[in-house]
Amino acid sequence: MTEVRSRTTTTPAAVLVRGVTQTFTARRGSVTALQAVDLTVAPGEFVSLIGPSGCGKSTLLRIVADLLQPTSGTVEVGGKSARQARLDQDYGIAFQQAGLLDWRTVRANIELPLELHGVDRARRRARAGELLELVGLADFAGHRPPQLSGGMQQRVAIARALAESPGLLLMDEPFGALDEMTREHMQTELVRISGETGAAVVFVTHSIPEAVFLSHRVVVMSPRPGRIAEVVPVSLGERDESTREAPAFYATITQVREALRGRPVPAVEGLVADLEGGQGGQGGQGGQGGQGALGARGAL
Amino acid sequence: MLLPPLLFGVLFVALWQALVRVTGVRAYVLPAPSDIWSSLLATFGLVVTAALTSGTNALVGLVVGGVLGILLAAVATRIPLLGNAISPLVAALAAMPIVALAPIFNTMFSPLSPIPRREVVAISAFVPVFVNVARGLSRLSPVHRELMRSYAASGGAVLRTIRVPGALPYFFTGLRVASSLAVIAAVVSEYFGGLKDGLGSRITSSVGATDYPAAWASVIGAVVLGLLFYLAAVSLERLVLGRLTAPVS
Repeated sequence: MTEVRSRTTTTPAAVLVRGVTQTFTARRGSVTALQAVDLTVAPGEFVSLIGPSGCGKSTLLRIVADLLQPTSGTVEVGGKSARQARLDQDYGIAFQQAGLLDWRTVRANIELPLELHGVDRARRRARAGELLELVGLADFAGHRPPQLSGGMQQRVAIARALAESPGLLLMDEPFGALDEMTREHMQTELVRISGETGAAVVFVTHSIPEAVFLSHRVVVMSPRPGRIAEVVPVSLGERDESTREAPAFYATITQVREALRGRPVPAVEGLVADLEGGQGGQGGQGGQGGQGALGARGAL
Repeated sequence: MLLPPLLFGVLFVALWQALVRVTGVRAYVLPAPSDIWSSLLATFGLVVTAALTSGTNALVGLVVGGVLGILLAAVATRIPLLGNAISPLVAALAAMPIVALAPIFNTMFSPLSPIPRREVVAISAFVPVFVNVARGLSRLSPVHRELMRSYAASGGAVLRTIRVPGALPYFFTGLRVASSLAVIAAVVSEYFGGLKDGLGSRITSSVGATDYPAAWASVIGAVVLGLLFYLAAVSLERLVLGRLTAPVS
């Protein structure tokens, strides 16, 4: 994975959430979906939100996207208010359902946001062509969504989310409806794409291995009231085929699982050292140097 | 694929013919197919001319009613308050027997023009088109709603890019129903006086002259006209929706 750029005074955080509380009032009483949540995402950083149902991860994502207004607290995206960021189209979003328009070709679906924002035909076509190459669907430009598999439809949705080269990608369980093998393939693709574009990503998921594989940090949330329980840093270096076999991968998964269960966890290196016993260091462990660069960010 | 219906049709007519000849039933109850056929052949030109007149009335009314249905459905979607106000009125319109309107319109407007009939057709066609297009336009899935909000898209942009294309199948459903209703309305509205130039008028005057085979011959003309309208609606649907779902090279 690309190095996370260290935060300078001139580059604002990709996402800055401070004291966000979200209460939904229904007839039966109120539900505190989120309580005093603080989160910072650095430019180019990949952060996963994981937790059981009701922990508020999707709510948090929608608040960042300005699809929901928090009851209290502030949200900044790239230094602007969430609302301004939405109006300025500073982020791209993808949901669990691809939400493609069946009457448009794959290319026309990718062009949708460009069309809505008045980009001329030639530039739209060129950009769609680039994105089709990026997600590996150049041969399917003229197909219609019903002719594509679920994985391919999600790739189109991701290409569409990247259409305006946003600095931030928001994704709500985009691989949730896919089978395991397609899912793993899509994870590899997403790591490559986010690396190539340098976009920060906030990724909501139910899957621990997915969160660990994709992220620089895994934000573990718990419900009732929705809050951040713990943040687990991930140091796996470049993600490739061997990453899913590396001991550090399993160690981090264990760490996240323990965090989900609410038990305190030792540092990753300690855990890996225990697992490896006397063996020499393996390729998957080096890279970013444990908690170093990311730990400097502080707790969140 | 065409064989079973064709066979059934031939069998049906043959049974009808046999039934009439065997039971000797009177023509004013049920004429024999053979008598209807000879009447049709004898007056073929007149039946066709009458069909063209009724057909023209049906087409004009269909287009006017259809366009009004689409426009009003679009307005009802954009301004939900107005939409809620209109629905009971449209429901009342749908429940109204058009046969009641025809003589009223003949008196209100000139009985010597085809306008009253076209108005009756327009009302008949308006209802199914309005109801179906309104339903189609109002559908917006949560995913698309959130997606378009994330694009900060205006209501008009959402209408243009998602609601209208998504409503096309609904429109064609409405059109199929409206096209058959238009022919029925055109023919029936001629029963209540006015110009004597359509199939409906031929039916009533044939009955008045106790020439039942001639009446049935005009009924067959009306059926053929209705089928033509329906087939035209279905063909248009296939053409448009086919183009929207076929892969592009």
